[in-house]
Amino acid sequence: MSLLHSYVKVKAREQGRALPRATVRHVHLAEAPMVFVPLRLAGEAAAPLGAMVGTDPARPTLLVVPQPRNRDLRFQFLADLGAVLLPYIDRISRQVETVEARTPFERCLDAPQIVVPSPGGVEFAAKLGRSSRFRRTTGPYAVDPAVPMLGRWLTFLAEQSEFAGSSLMVAMTDLLTAHWVTGQSAAEDADLAALLGWIDPPEGLTGPEAAALADDPLTPPAGPDTHPEFDRQELQKAIEHYDATGSAAQVEEALHGQLRPTWDRVWQAIGLLSALKESPGATARWERDRVHVALHRAWIDGGGLPQGKRDSAVAAAKRLARLEAAQQSFEAARAFDDPLVMAEYRADGVAFAGEVVAVDLTRRIVPPGGKREVPRPLVTIETSDPVRLAKGKKVRSPSRPRQSATIADLTETTVTVQIDDGMGRGGQPAEGSVPAVGTVICYTELDPGESRRAPLPPREETPWTHGGPPPEYVPTDDDAAEPWS
Amino acid sequence: MNRLDAIRGATPGQDHNARSIAALAANPACDRRAILDAAAIDKPRLMRRLRFDDRWGQSPFAIQRNQQFTDLVKANGAAHLLRLLRTLLDLPIEEAGYVNLEDAGGNEGQVARHGHTRRIIRQTAEGRGRATILDRPLLRLDVAGAQVYLEPDVIAFQLGGRFHIVAIKSFAIVDDQADTPKVSAAAREAAVYVHALRALVGRDLVSHDVILVCPRDFTNEPTATTVDVRHQLVTLARQLSRLTRIEAILDRLPENLSLDLDALSPAQIEAAVAAIPARYAPQCLSACELSHLCRREAHDLGHLDALGRVVRDDLGGIESVQTALRVATPGEPVADDQAEIAERLRHVARLYDEAVA
Repeated sequence: MSLLHSYVKVKAREQGRALPRATVRHVHLAEAPMVFVPLRLAGEAAAPLGAMVGTDPARPTLLVVPQPRNRDLRFQFLADLGAVLLPYIDRISRQVETVEARTPFERCLDAPQIVVPSPGGVEFAAKLGRSSRFRRTTGPYAVDPAVPMLGRWLTFLAEQSEFAGSSLMVAMTDLLTAHWVTGQSAAEDADLAALLGWIDPPEGLTGPEAAALADDPLTPPAGPDTHPEFDRQELQKAIEHYDATGSAAQVEEALHGQLRPTWDRVWQAIGLLSALKESPGATARWERDRVHVALHRAWIDGGGLPQGKRDSAVAAAKRLARLEAAQQSFEAARAFDDPLVMAEYRADGVAFAGEVVAVDLTRRIVPPGGKREVPRPLVTIETSDPVRLAKGKKVRSPSRPRQSATIADLTETTVTVQIDDGMGRGGQPAEGSVPAVGTVICYTELDPGESRRAPLPPREETPWTHGGPPPEYVPTDDDAAEPWS
Repeated sequence: MNRLDAIRGATPGQDHNARSIAALAANPACDRRAILDAAAIDKPRLMRRLRFDDRWGQSPFAIQRNQQFTDLVKANGAAHLLRLLRTLLDLPIEEAGYVNLEDAGGNEGQVARHGHTRRIIRQTAEGRGRATILDRPLLRLDVAGAQVYLEPDVIAFQLGGRFHIVAIKSFAIVDDQADTPKVSAAAREAAVYVHALRALVGRDLVSHDVILVCPRDFTNEPTATTVDVRHQLVTLARQLSRLTRIEAILDRLPENLSLDLDALSPAQIEAAVAAIPARYAPQCLSACELSHLCRREAHDLGHLDALGRVVRDDLGGIESVQTALRVATPGEPVADDQAEIAERLRHVARLYDEAVA
């Protein structure tokens, strides 16, 4: 969040419509995204009630659990869900290319993309994954083989979604708030219907008017939690009807009524997002997503075990480092791809832009630790931005992402940067390698490259703070033998 | 407290429970909430009279699940609970006296039940009697001059130690982790019981560690853990003392203010509510029955608070949407104390217009 974001919120409130927060789309949209709208039974951790799922907006598959307290029916639901999701994942993830590099690696040609309405949907998918990936397919309480496999993929996808910029499993409200600013609070933006009301109101309504409709009890919530009033008035009777007659028709009808509006809204939102041009960074991140899918595919095909219940200390430290790196490079890439995002950083003083007013091309210095004089030209930029960067700070420019520079001097209205590299091998900087007088340029401390971090120690040298060298994980039958309610 | 009774009028008041008392701390700066709570106005009813729909119910499935789990934990003389407490509190095996306090010699009245609870708890505290687990006790708390009866799930008593409040909740603890908002709600509620029990037997005899009993993973198997509620106790004590100092707020209100829900027309109710200043923030939406009314009012007045805490903090010193946009416009006159934020806003406005264009 930034002052710019707050200002735009106020402006959106006054204008009664959402305003753009991005000029390009910072997320990859798959050609055929799989939309998944799940509902759960109130008061239960992971009791699915029903879901609408599919890749065709006009033909969703409706899955219901007519008696959500029945364990067998729950697993039947998961098997049915697996019958929709697994062929989709398999078909896409089995087409693999080998990328030539120093160590060649595999990458899927495309990757699955699951779109859920809200972060609650991702959480619920993770819970479903946790509750099903250890199930056994033989012996007592055996389940359909699709169930543990679905659990492993759901777990994988939900874990990936924690990495900033991953597009494998996305929550629609997060995507929309990354691209538009509404005139309501963040808590209210969490409601897909209200959020879409601001961004794309029906003909003749203002944003706040359309958002108010979302508060109407007749507008079903985007899940996974249902409205208590719906539970009381409709669902309870429908379930009783199933218990008495064995017919799931009433439950299906009730849940269809709750799910269909959200299903349509998710597709409406996909339409809005696809109208934006995809940013280069989003395409690059999708490539990384494709590598991760290929890795997980290979792990499963090679007989790898399901994900453990908890990370070991070492795995957690690694994961945290990767999460941080992903967050940092995602934020930077977004700003480099989009002047509107960069404006938020300029408003907060960690980026600045302006016209080059002076260039000293002939300056040569002996860099610290060096022996020879090398060219280190100075570029002075006039800016009205409230720069908060200190002398000596490393900066980069979106228009020259491969060249690094250092802040050399600051005055009220000017910033002088020293260009550090990317000037060729000659005694003088190569033609065009230094910004010329009159160019408008932006510099920022953000760095979209993967930053270098101190490597973690090898496994056998794990320090005592992290429990010493970890034992190998050996799965036990206990993992699968959880008693069930 | 006559003034508060006069405000409520002839309409019956709303009974407090642990949840509503815990909610008092939700927005301490809100005069409207303080007055309505102190006068025991029935807020859901007020909202129904103003034709706002009621969204505060609990799903029958959640209620059923909670009941089912509580019954399971307490079944067979609280066998499950005893087992968990032995591990958690090192309760010796012989100390397994289970007493159900619901039955006060056939007398069902709240006063009688509370008296019975008090007797047994005092006896236990003095080392007489063999009670280890006191089920369905009835505690009493003074809220703004009114006596409120509270029924915690159970009170466990550890011999030679202290009383512990047990909260039985049906949300799951999966792989040793539970949903944070649910745990904090349970902690706030349990703190009310700790507070009430301390009023009865003294501060030192009641532990600030409450015992939370929840289903483990995706099973029905109960598991127990302790939750420290010291922080919640401090907040609660401050809120309760604030309610007794309600006079200061009352003095600022119109002389003949009435919120007699049965006697007034919706328009009159709305005008009376509007006469009590509110402090709406989006967090109210999940904590207060009145929130939708206050939200509409706040937006009508263009309050910045309604856009969230971040916006309010970023635009420090500016109260309304209109003021914010005015000072962001170059050439508009600006008050001295707003000069700095005005300059920043104008810069930001220029940046935004450039980037969008």
